[in-house]
Amino acid sequence: MADILSVGIDIGTSTTQVVFSRLRMENTAAFFSVPHVSIVGKELVYRGAVHTTPLKTAVLIDGDAVRDIVAAEFRRAGFTPADTDTGAVIITGESARKENAALVLEKLSGFAGEFVVSTAGPDLESVIAGKGSGACQHSIDNECVTVNLDIGGGTTNIAVFDRGETAGKGCLDIGGRLVRITPDRRIESVSPPAERVAQAIGLSLRPGDRADPAALAALTDKMADLLAQALGAAAQEPLLRAVQTPESTWLEPPRNIQAICFSGGVADCIRGGEGEDPFRYGDIGPLLGRSIREGALCRTFPVMEAGETIRATVVGAGTYTTTLSGSTIAYDAGLFPMKNLPVLKLTAEEEVACFQGRPEPLERRLRWFLEQTDDRRAVVSLRGLQDPSYGQLKALARALAQGLDRALPRGVPAIAALECDMAKALGGAMRTALGGRRPVVCIDGVKVTDGDYVDLGRPLMEGLVIPVVVKTLLFG
Amino acid sequence: MADRDSIAAIVAEVIEQLQRTGSVTLPQGERPCCGGEDPCGDITAAACRRISLLDHPEDPEALERMRTKTTARIGVGRAGPRLKTRTLLTLRADHAQARDAVFADVDPALPEKLGLFTVQTQCDSKDTYVTRPDLGRRLSDEAVETLRRRCTPNPDVQIYASDGLSSTAIEANLPNILPVLMDTLRERGLTVGTPFFLRFGRVGAEEQVAEIVGAKVVCVLLGERPGLATAESMSAYIAYNAYVGMPESKRTVVSNIHKDGIAAVEAGAYLAEVICRILEQKASGVDLVK
Repeated sequence: MADILSVGIDIGTSTTQVVFSRLRMENTAAFFSVPHVSIVGKELVYRGAVHTTPLKTAVLIDGDAVRDIVAAEFRRAGFTPADTDTGAVIITGESARKENAALVLEKLSGFAGEFVVSTAGPDLESVIAGKGSGACQHSIDNECVTVNLDIGGGTTNIAVFDRGETAGKGCLDIGGRLVRITPDRRIESVSPPAERVAQAIGLSLRPGDRADPAALAALTDKMADLLAQALGAAAQEPLLRAVQTPESTWLEPPRNIQAICFSGGVADCIRGGEGEDPFRYGDIGPLLGRSIREGALCRTFPVMEAGETIRATVVGAGTYTTTLSGSTIAYDAGLFPMKNLPVLKLTAEEEVACFQGRPEPLERRLRWFLEQTDDRRAVVSLRGLQDPSYGQLKALARALAQGLDRALPRGVPAIAALECDMAKALGGAMRTALGGRRPVVCIDGVKVTDGDYVDLGRPLMEGLVIPVVVKTLLFG
Repeated sequence: MADRDSIAAIVAEVIEQLQRTGSVTLPQGERPCCGGEDPCGDITAAACRRISLLDHPEDPEALERMRTKTTARIGVGRAGPRLKTRTLLTLRADHAQARDAVFADVDPALPEKLGLFTVQTQCDSKDTYVTRPDLGRRLSDEAVETLRRRCTPNPDVQIYASDGLSSTAIEANLPNILPVLMDTLRERGLTVGTPFFLRFGRVGAEEQVAEIVGAKVVCVLLGERPGLATAESMSAYIAYNAYVGMPESKRTVVSNIHKDGIAAVEAGAYLAEVICRILEQKASGVDLVK
């Protein structure tokens, strides 16, 4: 048994949070079987405070202030950066801009420990929040389709879980802070997506105007209706496309939804707070919460209680982003950690060619890939076979070794990731085929695809497994 | 007891029908195959096993998911207090396969193809093998002589294969596991003895093998007693400094090597690593630190 400490840091449109969790690993295989290490327990050991994200301008994060917040949370939790083994810094919602990401990476590099990574992208956020909120687990426990809506300041991240599998994801520019209100109840600012919705219902919102609860409630009613449309609880109108978050996937309305779950800051406003000042947070969050509570969404689907609301994303980032490789793998020592490796997923035809011992299609594709990504490294991803023959293994190893050796720059490791459990045998055979010309990493139990990036951490459990973090989007 | 006369009558009728027409018409009612939409002629085939026999399941999808998670015969329904005919037939077919795996001989061409010579224990037949476990642990005089003559003496590792209780397991896995294991051990710079095939062998024969060839580590790849889920399961039994009379606790075992367990090639690579660890620690079985 072994524990690893994982840190999650979420820098969102409106809040910044830090959590620490302990992931417990265990070899769960029977004594006489080949080892099988898995994560058997996840325990949240420290829940940080919810801080307002410090901003320099409307969109630019104040990096030094963020660093101070994170430093204070580490102190309060009683951990030093050296204590953390894995985790993720994620920059979400409207904060997810290149300049912010670069800034945060720079300012937080001292806290990054061995293996903390920076990930983002609206689709991934959706999945992370859905895992952190408990929606994913709910879909497993109840064998059903559960949809998580993480409604934050700038965006609503939607993830559909079908018995634990991500069946759909999407993101809409709908959030509680799209309209900001000054303490003297005037409109401070209106984000472009809110403007588009306001226009569609013939509402004029100008900074400096008096904040009229009835008019703004009409706006949040429309927003709530758009969420209902996204899940198929109301007829879709063209406006829905206009509030789709750039770079997010278009979510087709899922069928058979058995439960929905709300997380994010607005989730707490959905639960209640009736009779309180609707502008108590200086935004339209409480109004949006009420609109959702009274809207088509809650009338159509049963709502499950979220395990985490405002902290769902940060808990997801700290607890659910790290997975483990298979437990029989092959790698050369001294290579880890390796960060941000771009993934090249072989097509079925290319994989067949490799199994036939023909390296040319792989070599061609890899050369093109390295040019496209402007990277020296790549993880070649393939399915593999459940019970390959010795001949197939040898042919595949030869083709991979040759293809990788010819296309990769000198000295760069040959890295392969398979779905099927055959990495130890394949890695060994690749090593032979390469004759020591370059280091080899061959892992299995990993399902990655084109466009993904992966981090491979230091081997754990006496070197049996490698922690793997898969990211779907990376800041350049 | 069934009526001998009536059985004889049925057999005579079937033979007569066969001679007359070249085929036998089975009684109507129960179809010879799975009776599903795509009859395949083999009730043990994966496609046939997937067909659910439960009438009116509350949640067919959930049943399907549960069935994919286990090889146990769940969701098979019943006829009164008993199994349905299909279930019973599948059960008996599986049992027959298990018995076949025990009683069939490994195709002599297989060891030959893999470059292995064949020797035998003191058992002279499968019947002796099954009824006299002690003889299955002792090599025949001829075998002892052959090993002395043909095997490289005093290797770091001696690998051999043995039918054990499943010849099917050997045929399914040996061609894939053996070369990977040998390759990997050699790459680690170890001397690997001359591999061979031992017919009618039980696990305990490996002690005598180790003594004869003088191997530091002996590893037998052996067919495992078949169950009703698979007849193809193979295990590896490994011992450091094995000697006749050695306690069982000195044996390291890696089991469940088959296409639905750990794939043979992957098991070969893993075994090589286990053997290296055994050589480093000079210990096996419960003495080996995992």
